[in-house]
Amino acid sequence: MTSETGSRDERASGASRRSFLKSAAGVGVTMLAPGVVLYAAAPPAVAQRAGRPADSKIRWGLLVDLNKCPPGCDLCVTACADENGLHRPGAHESQWIRKVNVHDPKTDVRREVPVMCQHCAMPACVDVCPTGASFKRADGIVLVDRHICIGCRYCMMACPYQARSFVHEPQENQRPEVPRGVGTAEACSLCVHRIDAGRMPACVEACAARAGGAMVFGDLNDPSSAIAKAIGTHRATTIRADLGLDPAVHYLSL
Amino acid sequence: MTSPARSAHFLAAVVALCAALCWSAGAVRAADGRVPMPDIPKALGERCVAETDFMRRNHMTLLKHQRDETVHLGVRKAETQLDRCLTCHAVAGADGKPVSYSDSGHFCRSCHDYAAVSIDCFECHSSRPGQKAQGASRDPPDETTLKLLGYLRDKRR
Repeated sequence: MTSETGSRDERASGASRRSFLKSAAGVGVTMLAPGVVLYAAAPPAVAQRAGRPADSKIRWGLLVDLNKCPPGCDLCVTACADENGLHRPGAHESQWIRKVNVHDPKTDVRREVPVMCQHCAMPACVDVCPTGASFKRADGIVLVDRHICIGCRYCMMACPYQARSFVHEPQENQRPEVPRGVGTAEACSLCVHRIDAGRMPACVEACAARAGGAMVFGDLNDPSSAIAKAIGTHRATTIRADLGLDPAVHYLSL
Repeated sequence: MTSPARSAHFLAAVVALCAALCWSAGAVRAADGRVPMPDIPKALGERCVAETDFMRRNHMTLLKHQRDETVHLGVRKAETQLDRCLTCHAVAGADGKPVSYSDSGHFCRSCHDYAAVSIDCFECHSSRPGQKAQGASRDPPDETTLKLLGYLRDKRR
């Protein structure tokens, strides 16, 4: 969905925003709600320099606008499964992203919330891991080093978001970029192989291309990024913020 | 002739004799096929990232180093990635497609079976080169997505 820029917003942030728009000519504009506009994009494409380590100045994060997350849509879930080779249906198959139905009986408000690894700044899974297999990368992505993982599943118990899965069955035909095998814990990697190649996570790409464009991906540490602006402007929330884990996944209209 | 010179001469003769015996024995054994040798499939590429002797001794170190760099730092060097190795050392099966590690003709197995060194790389890693996920959807990105990709690339500079 696209929209003209709202005049109220134009006045609010003045010249700095106009210059931003000017520099990002042809920028994609996304209407979140009446008067709520996301600018999803940016400066001209520059080829990525290969072999660069993850940058600690960056913190990758997601923003999910639940107003634009249609009921019954599971494009992000299937895109994740396709991208990461999670194919076999069954009780024991891993799920890196799932839609959780929430209902407030007082107001009868219902939401379908896509929940994946929240890539916390202070991840409980990393705290409890006895081998150091659970770790946080310099750019904030929480991962499992399967070479070190012994499959004890403490991380699954510690995670308040139930984001971690355990691989119960021997795997075949894995994606070359996404190795995964029996006896190890795993979770959403924020499609780290795509990020390292200068691409977006599969769920964000699928949602932008074929659903409502409810997901925004970007650098939370960059105040000029679309995601940081949207979070600041519209007071996005995180799940279980009371735990103080500082998740990188934010939600609008939760 | 002095005594040390005589003993040195004798030593040299013994060494030469041993070397000759070993060489001839090895040649005979290899020639008549009594010693099984690994049947190492030829690679598809023109040259490896390093010479063969070096790779025979050090490929595991290269892979392990690359593994830690990739997982923890996100440095994905194409030339020492496992998938790149598998692409060049792919062995076609009866159906013309690259065989997996379950086939004894797989490049890694041809030597590891011979040396009785078991590896567990392929419990997690695909043992075939660059195969696509079954049923994967690969829609081309739209305009907005392309712009976002540009932004991402810019952030990684």
